[in-house]
This record gives sequence, C-alpha cells and structure tokens, in this order.
Amino acid sequence: MAELLEVEDLVVRYRAVGAISALLARVRDPFVDAVLDVSFNLAAGETLGIVGESGSGKSSLGRAIIGLVPAASGSITFDGASPSARSDAALRPWRRQMAMMFQDPVASLSPRLTVKSLLTEPFRIHGLRDRDQGAEARRLLQMVGLDAGFGSRYPHQLSGGQARRVGVARALALAPKLIIADEPTAGLDVSVQGEILNLMNRLQRERGLTYLVITHNLPVVRHISDRLAIMYMGRFVEQGATRTIFAAPAHPYTEALLTATPVPDPDQRRPPPDLRGEVPSLLNRPSGCEFHTRCPYAQERCRLERPQPQLRPPGQTVRCHFPLA
Amino acid sequence: MYSTRGCGGTEAALDALLEVRGLSVDFHTPRGRVHALRNVDLSVPRGEIVGLVGESGCGKTTLISAVMQLLADNAEIRAGEITFDGRDLLQLGEGELRSLRGDRIAMVFQDPMSALNPVLPIATQAIDIQYRERLGKAEKRRRAIDMLRRVGIPDPERRIDRYPHEFSGGMRQRICIALALSAGPDLLIADEPTTALDVTLEAQIIALLRALKDEMRGSILFVSHHLGLVAELCDRVSVMYAGEVVESGTVRDIFHRPQHPYTQALLLCDPARIEEATRELPTIEGEVPSLIDLARGCVFRPRCSKAFARCTVSPPLYQAAPGHVARCHLLSHG
Amino acid sequence: MSAQTSELAPALAGEPRTALADALRRVVRDPLGALGSALVLVFVLSAVLAPWIAPYEPNAIDVPGRLQGPSLAHWLGTDNLGRDVFSRVLFGGRIALTVALTAVGLSLAAGILLGLIAGYGPRWLDNLLLLLLDSVRAFPVVMFALAVITVVGPSLQTVILVVVVTSIPAYARIVRTQTLSLRHTEFILAERALGAGVPRILLVHILPNVIGPLLILASMEIPVVITIEAGLSFLGLGVRPPTPSWGNILSDGYAFIRNTPWLVIAGGIPVVLTTLGFTFLGETLRDVFDPRLRRD
Repeated sequence: MAELLEVEDLVVRYRAVGAISALLARVRDPFVDAVLDVSFNLAAGETLGIVGESGSGKSSLGRAIIGLVPAASGSITFDGASPSARSDAALRPWRRQMAMMFQDPVASLSPRLTVKSLLTEPFRIHGLRDRDQGAEARRLLQMVGLDAGFGSRYPHQLSGGQARRVGVARALALAPKLIIADEPTAGLDVSVQGEILNLMNRLQRERGLTYLVITHNLPVVRHISDRLAIMYMGRFVEQGATRTIFAAPAHPYTEALLTATPVPDPDQRRPPPDLRGEVPSLLNRPSGCEFHTRCPYAQERCRLERPQPQLRPPGQTVRCHFPLA
Repeated sequence: MYSTRGCGGTEAALDALLEVRGLSVDFHTPRGRVHALRNVDLSVPRGEIVGLVGESGCGKTTLISAVMQLLADNAEIRAGEITFDGRDLLQLGEGELRSLRGDRIAMVFQDPMSALNPVLPIATQAIDIQYRERLGKAEKRRRAIDMLRRVGIPDPERRIDRYPHEFSGGMRQRICIALALSAGPDLLIADEPTTALDVTLEAQIIALLRALKDEMRGSILFVSHHLGLVAELCDRVSVMYAGEVVESGTVRDIFHRPQHPYTQALLLCDPARIEEATRELPTIEGEVPSLIDLARGCVFRPRCSKAFARCTVSPPLYQAAPGHVARCHLLSHG
Repeated sequence: MSAQTSELAPALAGEPRTALADALRRVVRDPLGALGSALVLVFVLSAVLAPWIAPYEPNAIDVPGRLQGPSLAHWLGTDNLGRDVFSRVLFGGRIALTVALTAVGLSLAAGILLGLIAGYGPRWLDNLLLLLLDSVRAFPVVMFALAVITVVGPSLQTVILVVVVTSIPAYARIVRTQTLSLRHTEFILAERALGAGVPRILLVHILPNVIGPLLILASMEIPVVITIEAGLSFLGLGVRPPTPSWGNILSDGYAFIRNTPWLVIAGGIPVVLTTLGFTFLGETLRDVFDPRLRRD
C-alpha cells in the first residue's frame, strides 16, 4: 500500500522570547522546539494515533502537517508531493486533500455563521461555486446523521455531540484523503463518544479515509487506531502497532501512561506510576534522554547520551537505552 | 479542628456527615422552569469518599452548589433538606453559612487558575485563608509551608512566595487542595478536580486525596464524569441522570452489580472497560431529555432498552441489597 | 469553557433568530432605549424631511418682523433678521445629520480598516499603526480643529475632516483589540486550516464579531460629533452664515438673550435632545450586547 503521508525529521519551533528581550536578557536560544526529529509514515486507509500529554507537541505536529504552523526543518510529503512554499496560495491544493477537526467542537465553528453556511464554506473558499450549496449542505448533514433542520442553527445552539458531527461533516466537504482529528472525543460524554467514533469509522470504510488522531485518551485510542506513536517533549519515544504497545510497552513513559490510566473496576486499583518530578520546561531540556529526570529506571548512561530510535521485537521503534523487556 | 468522631463504616445513613434528602431545585429561565434536581437523596458518611457520577446536564454541579448554598439567583429550592453534621443548611443565615464554608466544608474546583488570585503570592493567600485562627503571622506561615509540603510541593519554604502562574497546572491544583484543607474541614467537595490535568498527574492527585482523607479523618464528595477515577478513589457512589439519583451503593455494588439500566449502559460504553479492542463502540441511543418539559414516568425510559409497561410511572428507589438502591421498576419483583 | 458542553443546548434551541433582530427587540423593550430610539427617529425624520415640512425658507429675511416671540405663524418665533427660527432649526438638523453620518461613516470605515490590519497583520505593522493612532489621540480635538481651520478656512467640510481624523483612533482601537483576541481562537484556526484567505477571515469571520462594540461606540460618538459641529459653528468657525446650523442659531441668539431668550433655547434644545437620544440608545445597546446577559 502506498504511503499517503511521509514525515521525516520534522522540527517545529516557536519563538518563546521576543528578539529584543532575548538580546537584553542574553537568552541563548529564544526558540522552543515543540516538535523535534519526528519521522513516521502513514499508509492510506490507516489510523495512526498520536498520544501525549500537554506540552508533548502533539497539537503542533498536527498543525504543522496541515500547514497552520511552519516547519523549521524536515520534510512532509503528502501523496508524493511537498508544498512548494509556505504561502496560503501554495498550500491551498494541499488543504483540499487534508482536513482538520479541532478540539473544542463548538468553539471551532465561527459563531455568526449558520451550520449550512459553515458546511458550504469550503466550496466557496476553493472556488467551487457551481455546486448547489443547499444540496451539498443537506448531503453532508445526512452523511453525519443530522437532519436538514440543523442547517439553520447557529453553533451556540448545538450540543457537544451535534457540533462534533458538524465538524466531521465540514471536514469531509471536499472529500479529503486525510483527516487530522485533534481530540475527537474531548467534551463528549462517554455515552455519545461512541457515536462519533463509530461514524468516523464507518466513513473511513466507505471512503477509504486515513486518520491521524491526536489525543491523550488512551482507552479510546486503543480501540480506534491501528498504530500508535507516543510523544514526550516533542519527540516520538515509542511507535508501533497499537495492540503491541498496549500488550507490551517498551518505553518507561508508555508504561507510566498505561499504569496511570485508571480502570473502571474498584478491584483493579493501582498506585500511581513511579514518576519523579514534573515535565521539564521546553526551554530547559534535560541532557541525554530527556525522560531521565523522571524515569524510575534511569541510569548514568541515560543522563549522558541521547538514545536513537531502535527497532525492538515484537515490532516497536523505541527511543530508550534500556527498553522494557 | 479535625473531626474527632471515628471513621464511619459502610452503614450509610445513621451517622452521616452530610445528608441530602428529597432535594428538588428549579431554575427560572426565560424559556421556562428548568427542573434541575428532582427528589435527590445523597449521603456522605463520616470518613468516607463518596463519588457523584453523571454526564453533562445530570445536575451534579447544581447539587453541590446547593450544598454550598451557592446557587444562582434564579434558583429555587422547592423541597428537601440538607443536613450537615446535624444542622439543616437550608435554615442557616448567610453569616452562619459563611462560617461553615472554608472551615467545615471546603471545595476544590476544576480549574486551579481561576480559584487562585493571580496577583497575590501563594503565601499571602495561604495565610489569609487561616483568618479564623488566632495565631501570629509567623505561625500561620509555618503551617502553610507544612501544608504545601504535605501535598507534595517541593521546596515549599522558598516556593511559597511565588505567584500562581509560576507553578504548573498540577502544582496549582495541589496548592488549591492545600488551601482547601488548611482549616481541617470535615468535608471536602472536589468538583472534577483533575479534568484539566494530564493522566500521570491525575493519578497522583487521586492518590493524594485518598492519603489526605485518611490522615485528616474527613470525608470527600468527589464529583466526576470519569468512571475510572471514581472506581479508583471512592468508597460509595451515586449515579445521576437528568436531575435524579438513579442508583446509589458501594463502589463494588455499582461497578460489579449495577442495577439501573443507565448505570449498566454507562459502564458498557466506557472504552476502558471493553476488553477486546473494537471499532464499533457501544453508545446510548437518544439524547438527554429537556428538563423543562419532562415526560411522565421514568426519566430514562425513552433511552432504555429494558423499558416495560410499568415505566410510565415514575419509579421510587428500590432496594437491591442493603445500602444499594436503584430507581428502576425492574427491581420491584425482588 | 467547561469540559462538557451542555447537553441541555438542544432542549433550549429551536429558534435561529439572528443576533441583530434579537438585539433590536431588546432595545425597544427597554424604556430608556425606547425613549432614545424615539428621539433619534424624530431627529432623523425632521432632518430628512426638512425641505418639505419647513413652513418658511430658512434664509428668508423679513426685518420688520424680527425678534417676534413664538406664535402660531412662527412656532419658535423669528430671529434678529426676521427669519423663521423653526425652519432654521429643521435645516440646522440637516447639517447636524449630514455631519454626523458622514463623519461617523468615514471614521468607521477608516477605523475598521486600520484596526483589522493592525490586529491581524505582522507585529511591526501593528506597532507602527498604534504609534500613529496614539499620536492622533493625544491631540486635543479643539486645538487641532482650530489649527486646521486657520490653515484651510472654516467650512462644513473642514469640520467633518477634523472630526473624522480625531475619531478614527477610537474605532481602530476597538477593532484592533477584538481582532487580536479573535485571531487565535479555534474557529479562526479552523478557517485557516480550510484554506480561507486573509480577506475572507477578516470580513466574514472577524468583522461580524466586532460590530457590537462598534455600534455602541458609533452611537455614543454621534452626539459628540453633533456637539463639536455646533460648538465650532457657534464660534463662527464652522458652517458659514447664512446657512443655518444649531450652533450659529445659538450664536446669533446669544446677543439677544436678555429680551428674546427663545432664540438660544431654540438653538440649544435640539442639541440637548438629540444628544440625550443617542446616548440613551447607545447605553441600551451596550447593555443588550453585554455577553454576560446573552447566555442562552
């Protein structure tokens, strides 16, 4: 199967300190690396989960792929092509093939537009004015299980689940190949989470969609993704098949995440993972393996030498000097 | 200052620290009367952690606002009583309520940043909150540092003089817990205290709450929509749906022997409970009903796969086992 | 923003009224708002219809009939040149309306443009524009007016020019602040992700969310503009006689205030009532647009 998305050594940086302040305060590096040396492939029809806590860089990764933030270095190849420039004009064809679903379902919809207007806007933006906008809006609403009456509502009149469906419909308006979903279940009750996820699954089967799901919700991502990548301080620390990672995590951070996730069973209570301290500031990256300051298994080598990704049986790529057996 | 009564056992009602009985609360809105709470019973025994579980719109926030007597102006308490340590909170004047709040009943909220004053250092806030104690400032400061250490803030002697924004989210929530517990309240109400935190921090805060409860011999009312956390932390659980308590029991009763179809469905839907990885996740069909025009009968009936003829009549709380009740006619034969 | 969006929303939804219709309804329902709207309406209608409802030519001189008190023939009496004061007041209203609409219209347009650019453009451009706008704001209006008038000469156009230039910063600031705060919201991000270009984002997504505060400011600025025009005309630096303006009706009548006070009253009351009208309207609009009161 052809690789739809190929990302290599991607780096995304933000300016943390203004240029003049940096000069005055003698800050050496005013930039923060939100994403660092990230490489992965995504095959058509697959679902890849990007898992991380806040500050891990997962949202920045998603935004870089869709072109909302520039990549400082590295390459993003989509369907065999790279955008020629970072201008809006050069990115437009790119954006027809990719769509993004944002975290807050209601806040990601422009408050003064009706649902119908929001759904047909992608056509207007990309100059497809010959379409019957009313018909398209109805088609999209039907596709996500909302009836036509929703077209005249405003975002603040929608429940979380309904707004989420509108987000899905909007993402699908131009029939993209890749959808990047940033926390698709955020703000949804457990009883309706399944509706959205099942909808996304059905649409994937029917249309051969590829998903990149960004989330911190491990129980959900276990069900909906084929492969996983765990991010810590901007780097992938572990990558591989979802089933494998859940059954036998190789990186201590992955293990900590799994241990910390509470099971809804009072007979399976566990103490919190043995992690020391807190996530270090991105401005002050630790030496060597960046996880060593918190890792319960850290040794001297971890402090001195940064681990490179290595392939480990049964099939994960992991960045660790002493991966778990 | 600390509760000197012994830790309550699992025999609920008799020696409850907090007892809510038959509470009904309406809100007056331009669109009509919203029946936010209907005939709600809740019991928090001494020395126990009670979980209040429910999805959005179920009324859990309204319930704890009622307990704290901090309801909005357009709220009306139509019926019921709220008894705290033998005193009816609904009869107390504002002055008496204020002396209870913060001292005997304390609260921790979802967003630590909005609970802390951003322009004052932690030390000032921690000392201010001890205003009821007749102690010198130095002594109050020492106690505050001690409290910060208890909740796991490293290097508290120096960090106490910092401002809230200089701490991370997890630290801020710990500080809020420290402030809430500084007067040694009998009851701590925690409203989604970990929702804004990462999962590794969440686990630590939950463990901290349990440890502190044991140490201070108080009770905790833990409000959450996260079933995993409730199973991890709580001794007893009450499940709410659309303004009613639909089931109540020990944590094992609820998680291992759920009686109400909503509880059962909720547990089924939780992705963390589903053993086999699957692409087709279960859901609960339908939507939460409008709280303005409530249909007659069981509030869950439109979405219940087990509804039968009797369900057109609103069910009372039936007992499934001692201390385990559920508002469902399916229990009426037992 | 709570983690769980209220599931009560579908229960409360159902009528997709536009925010504007809703707002207008609420304005009229408020007693102060109703009064303000009525006054404004009277002002606008009388000014627009002046040529048809004025009983006399505003500049028709009739010296023998000068300084008559209010009577059935002359509702507000005559001035020192025998001109019908009521007709002059009506036509003075036309001037006031013209100045107000032109000035506010131009300031709004320029202010919106500059505000959007400052708020959405690169930081250096924002800093530059802010510098410019703040410099203008620091200038006292009257001094600036006097300076311009000394150079260019007094006229209606000069008055409008001065008013426009000095009003722009206020509008630009509001638009800039709103644009800055909306710039990083999730829905703007979503639009960019879709490929929306800058003009679309500014005009379709940001501008409609700024209208509220702008409307309020505009309605509060109109009485200020009217008063400035009246003031300048009173000083003889605005509209040239014999064209009637409320200001020069006042200044003409000032010399006769002892014996024929109705001239000053006739010139002053319209200004007062119009100012009150717009102020009430503006305050009601502000209350109506208060986001806290708009919770569903």
